[in-house]
Amino acid sequence: MRNVSSAWNAKFQNIRTNKIKMIDNNVKLKAQEAKEKKAPLGPDINLWEFSDGAPRYGYLPDVSKLSDGEKKDMVAVGVDASEKNRSGTFVQKDHSVVHSASMQDGLDVMSIDDALKKYGGLTEYFWKAVDPGADKYTAQAELKQTSGYFIKSNKGVKTIFPVQSCLYLASEHLAQNVHNVIIAEEDSELNIITGCSTASHVTSGIHIGISEFYVKKGAKIVFTMIHNWNENVVVRPRSVIIVEEGGTFISNYICMSKTKSLQMYPTVHLNGKNSVARLNSILVAPEGAEMDVGSRVILNAEGSRAEIISRTITKGGKIIARGHLVGNAKNIKAHLECRGLILSDEGYVHAIPELDGNVSDVDMSHEAAVGKIAQAEIEYLMARGLTEDEATSTIVRGFLNVNFEGLPDALKMEIDRAIGPSSVKGM
Amino acid sequence: MLEIKNLTVEVKGKEVLRGINLKILEGETHALFGPNGSGKTTLLMAIMGFSQYRAVKGKIYFMGEDITNLPVNERAKKGIGIMFQRPPTIYGLKTKDMAVICGSGESNVDVGKLAVELNMTQFLERDINDGFSGGEIKRSELLQLLAQNPMLSLIDEPESGVDLENISLIGSAINKLLEKDFQKNRKHSGLIITHTGHILDYVTADVGHLLMDGTIKCTANPFDMLWEIKKGGYEKCVECMECKISEYKNK
Repeated sequence: MRNVSSAWNAKFQNIRTNKIKMIDNNVKLKAQEAKEKKAPLGPDINLWEFSDGAPRYGYLPDVSKLSDGEKKDMVAVGVDASEKNRSGTFVQKDHSVVHSASMQDGLDVMSIDDALKKYGGLTEYFWKAVDPGADKYTAQAELKQTSGYFIKSNKGVKTIFPVQSCLYLASEHLAQNVHNVIIAEEDSELNIITGCSTASHVTSGIHIGISEFYVKKGAKIVFTMIHNWNENVVVRPRSVIIVEEGGTFISNYICMSKTKSLQMYPTVHLNGKNSVARLNSILVAPEGAEMDVGSRVILNAEGSRAEIISRTITKGGKIIARGHLVGNAKNIKAHLECRGLILSDEGYVHAIPELDGNVSDVDMSHEAAVGKIAQAEIEYLMARGLTEDEATSTIVRGFLNVNFEGLPDALKMEIDRAIGPSSVKGM
Repeated sequence: MLEIKNLTVEVKGKEVLRGINLKILEGETHALFGPNGSGKTTLLMAIMGFSQYRAVKGKIYFMGEDITNLPVNERAKKGIGIMFQRPPTIYGLKTKDMAVICGSGESNVDVGKLAVELNMTQFLERDINDGFSGGEIKRSELLQLLAQNPMLSLIDEPESGVDLENISLIGSAINKLLEKDFQKNRKHSGLIITHTGHILDYVTADVGHLLMDGTIKCTANPFDMLWEIKKGGYEKCVECMECKISEYKNK
């Protein structure tokens, strides 16, 4: 009897691995085919220019053992090595996962490779939202994947504090190709703050990040991402978010650093009834920065709602601010708001808001405005006693003061700091 | 407090005010009358020092000091405050924070208390002027002025767009600003533009001026002037005896 059962088990195991392999081959094939495929948006990057090899860094059981310089770079993007008020931490340096830990029951925080082993290949999730054949960057992430994180909250589990993750570039001219999977099981709540940063001595490199989010029935993810790259770094995130019935996805994205080329267009699919998506982004482009950043929400289910808000400022850099709402179901409501401020004649802001209504009974709207600070606003504040510089920075701070609703205080503090008085100084 | 000597002001290269002479003493409130487009608002803007209103001739003295070429914020710091007719909206800047900015030069400003007096508490968390009605703008402007507590208040048509219920509220806020409850040692002065004179039912003025075609035609008792204007319009007012006398005096 036992023999039969184990033989059956072995056979079953075989079928399963074969199946995984088959899917795997399919993904590999798609990626192979897309190796040279240019992305529809953003300047084309020659990936051969970057190196694949990075030193291996040992695992740190205690994340506070990171060097002071590294800790400083991480704090700048909201990642706190003291782990105070955090429910989990993941830190990846170049290709090495140097720390990963969950401090709450029912919460997984681990490297994606560990998760693939633990959860039998994550067959329902890995490469199921993002298409590996989308462009050369997704292809590279599949063919030369260099870790990434996996975060999952179990059914009904609500994280008290945010989970923090940091993807850190420490070697010159390196290609970091990470793949992240984030799952909030039914009725769970996940707060994530993720910071991407480069070591101060690193001047160039490329960061490719695949992120696949799954918000299950009644669950909620608040995802805050702060980018702080050095000037010759190229950044190509590729994110897709799937939201089921009654689920909520909130994203806050902030990039205020001089980044050679940043192009991303995260896409949310509201597939379940009454699901909600809200995407806020703040972009500040200093001279020499090029940012092509959009947010797209596809409303596929009745009663779903979406809001996209972007605030962009150029201090001499180039910004393309995109937004796209697609209404595919009745009784949906969606709004897109895009405001740009031009503080230098050298810079430009190109706002491209798009609305697609494909059925009747959709309520979709957008507003976009681009311009300089009005003299009347400056003089209004000057009449209250502020100098011209103080008036200008007060207006800029107000402009960036997006109502980040529903954020836990810890996250709010990080954002306030990122856009606080010291960061807008001299604008 | 304020002395204007032979002031000529240009707006976008066009002369709007010509040879203005005006003197406001400590503790005095002056009313400024005049038809639409006569240059009343321009005079207030020029006293405050806004860049579009260029003083091409003459001088403005405040507390004995020549301020003709000072930037707006330095005039504010010296103690001049203005109530705007149509202030711009500044997104992301809460009314509360704006009042705090105004009060930064004063030691004991209780914005919350001032807001209660002006029935503005529910606006404190709103972006300044965003979707405010006419009356709400007046109250918000007065909240800011009371926080700033200036020596000289320049007040542009405080009654326009305000319903009857709120006009006495606005009147008492202006009285507070101008220290009207001080019978002696009143320090604060004011210059109030009024079309209808309605506000003068609530705020007493000491001196009135009639501004027409960019010049001050007459300076007299404000209530007599208002009576004349109501009776026979601005043109008739200029013809009255008082005006002729003051015109003579000015010469």
